[in-house]
Amino acid sequence: MKRILAVDDSASMRQMVGFTLKTAGFDVTEASNGDEALKVAQKGEYDLVISDVNMPVMDGLTLIRNLRTLPAYKFTPLLMLTTESGTDKKQEGRSAGATGWIVKPFNPDQLLATVRKVLG
Amino acid sequence: MEIDLSQFSQVFFEESLEGLESMESELLKLDVNEPEDESINTIFRAAHSIKGGSATFGFTQVANYTHLLETLLDEIRDGRRQMTGEHQDMLLLSVDLLRNMIDALMRKTDFDDPLLSQLEKRFTAELEGDSKDVSGDDATQADTKQTPDEQLWHIDFQAGIDILRCGNDPLLMFTELRQLGELTVKLDEASYPDFVDIDPEACYLSWHLELITEQKIERLKEVFEWVEDECTIHYSSSAIDTGETRELQGDSESAQTSPEPESTQASTSTSDSLPAEVVKPKIVSQAKSPEGGSIRVSIEKIDLLINMVGELVITQAMLGQIGQQDEIDEESLLSMKQGLEQLASHTRDLQESVMQIRMLPISFAFNRFPRLVRDIGQQLGKKVDLILKGEDTELDKTVMEKIVDPMVHLVRNSLDHGLETPEIRASKGKPETGSITLNAFHQGGNIIIEIIDDGAGLDTDRILQKARDKGLVADDEELSTEAIHQLIFKAGFSTADAVSDLSGRGVGMDVVRRNINELNGTIELKSTQDKGSRFTIRLPLTLAILDGQLVRIGHHTYVVPLVSIHESLQVEPQRINRISENHELVRLRDEYLPVIKVFQEFGHEADAVEIKDGLVMVVDSNNEKIGLLVDELLSQQQVVIKSLEDNYNKVPGVSGATILGDGTVALIIDISGLVSLAGITNTNEHAA
Repeated sequence: MKRILAVDDSASMRQMVGFTLKTAGFDVTEASNGDEALKVAQKGEYDLVISDVNMPVMDGLTLIRNLRTLPAYKFTPLLMLTTESGTDKKQEGRSAGATGWIVKPFNPDQLLATVRKVLG
Repeated sequence: MEIDLSQFSQVFFEESLEGLESMESELLKLDVNEPEDESINTIFRAAHSIKGGSATFGFTQVANYTHLLETLLDEIRDGRRQMTGEHQDMLLLSVDLLRNMIDALMRKTDFDDPLLSQLEKRFTAELEGDSKDVSGDDATQADTKQTPDEQLWHIDFQAGIDILRCGNDPLLMFTELRQLGELTVKLDEASYPDFVDIDPEACYLSWHLELITEQKIERLKEVFEWVEDECTIHYSSSAIDTGETRELQGDSESAQTSPEPESTQASTSTSDSLPAEVVKPKIVSQAKSPEGGSIRVSIEKIDLLINMVGELVITQAMLGQIGQQDEIDEESLLSMKQGLEQLASHTRDLQESVMQIRMLPISFAFNRFPRLVRDIGQQLGKKVDLILKGEDTELDKTVMEKIVDPMVHLVRNSLDHGLETPEIRASKGKPETGSITLNAFHQGGNIIIEIIDDGAGLDTDRILQKARDKGLVADDEELSTEAIHQLIFKAGFSTADAVSDLSGRGVGMDVVRRNINELNGTIELKSTQDKGSRFTIRLPLTLAILDGQLVRIGHHTYVVPLVSIHESLQVEPQRINRISENHELVRLRDEYLPVIKVFQEFGHEADAVEIKDGLVMVVDSNNEKIGLLVDELLSQQQVVIKSLEDNYNKVPGVSGATILGDGTVALIIDISGLVSLAGITNTNEHAA
């Protein structure tokens, strides 16, 4: 079973993402900010990390930057959840090492489509 | 897959309300002239999360409104706009408005408040002028011409060297393309570097792809959307039948300007070609009504509980083993006793931990005061500092909900009557800015909440005069300062000369005290002229469990809240005065106390019919001492309160019931209810 780490400071978004992916048969772990996610990610290996961008303590871009320095996450797909429709954030995300993004608001089907795309 | 998004609504509502709360407190703390980045960030994040959530869960009204807030805050955050007091006010009003909007969503009612459109206009006006071009992908939307049936696409794809290091994999992109039509992939062999130069983590490859599909170029580009900047992609198409090739530039801007083949007929497969468009989630309204309420519990508390239940299970297993033995010898008797002891201690621990679940830090109640004090202070032209202490002190959620109103009343009073205007304060030699302190701490099984101001203190002369005018105190009667202070808790007493917006609306301190008494709590007051006042509220930590004194009256056992009991004593006959058929007073030191014969009020037999034959328990009722005649004191214990109203009916003089260790039911005496049942009015001072 593919393991996914879902990171969002908003509990409802986290639950929605978690529930959708679990229902689709993924093994999902949730974290509520970048710092927490980084610790969780170091303990176990995940096949995909989906992270919100704006979060307290450690934001999503810093998380992605940090994850990329870890050997285990060098090539792992890291997706960001962003409401920013402008290109700035996407550009920033890309240079931080993000694989791609999912633009909020999204519905469960869109989420699953993107996840399946990166997990093959 | 069908996922019902409404199941997440409740969590969304809760976190939004929390977000609004932190937004409000940050806004109040904010120094408009020098806003701290972290504050702005916190405020932005709250608006941002609410917007993201509301858009996802289909609460369009909230999403549209928070979008305005977010845009403004984003500009402030980026330094493109200077924060002003006007912004602060608009944002604070928005907090109120959003609270109401979410409240309406929770109650599933329509939200219709003129304030919404007013504020929307203010935000829009504010944002206009330098409104930025939000739609960066206009171009893609502009070109929505239909494609002809099928086309042959040639895609030259040269992967960026770092593409793998971002977790992108060309293979996955090709897999996606293959789902769109018939795909041929050819590797461009010239793209390899020399073997010695190969970095195994880099990607040097280029491919030539041929795809026969009826999809539009936008759909193809979407496959490469995440990597289009670092990869070189060149698209060209040819109609399959003619073989004519059209050149299209690789980057998206120029791609749309290239002519598309004329649409020959409407494509039938547009349904999956617009994934970027938001499909509105279907909202099925079957979420629970918010009435039930929920509570957030930290994982630690729950782990502790699970741990204890584990201990209980072990003890139970041990006892169960003994129970299965046919004969119980000395040894197993000993372990049974041990088991029972453990059981007792685990049950106690478990009880405490379960109570802990309902406990929330009092900051939940305190948090509303910064706003209140700011608004009222401004309204009255008074300068106030609000100091909050002991915000982590925990108390029961229900108690917290019920104590907020009395606290609001007291704080309003302090602002309105207590604190002086800056001029008056200056003339008294005090700092112009007054202070109101909210303090909370635990003491024994109680929580103490103090509301302290450094204002004028109670004006004893005026209070006494008012009380005399109202006939509450006889003209020739002299009262101690404390006794005068107590007068403000009397029903129908209000000293406000003019009925202001804030106080004197008929809801007086008597109501505050009654509310607190209903929670089995007490309120005390200390005040010094020109120094200020201090109200001390003492409350039980929970409404579910009560520290009680068990008393016997006839064949009945009653519970008296321990917090109300001063002392219990036998009274010598010469200290008993009968003032009428049913009213007797006992003299206790310098005071005369009315005594209630509890058995009479509840209509049953008792051993002690006369005061001299029984015990008089001195208890507190609305800050006055009252004696209760009982036969015997039994043990003191914690009792679990069961509501009589839920299970039977409201009974005057009784606040609830409990089940004792032997299975019998004991009624819990409601002292102030009993006092009114007995028809006893204030006596103390008059009798003295």
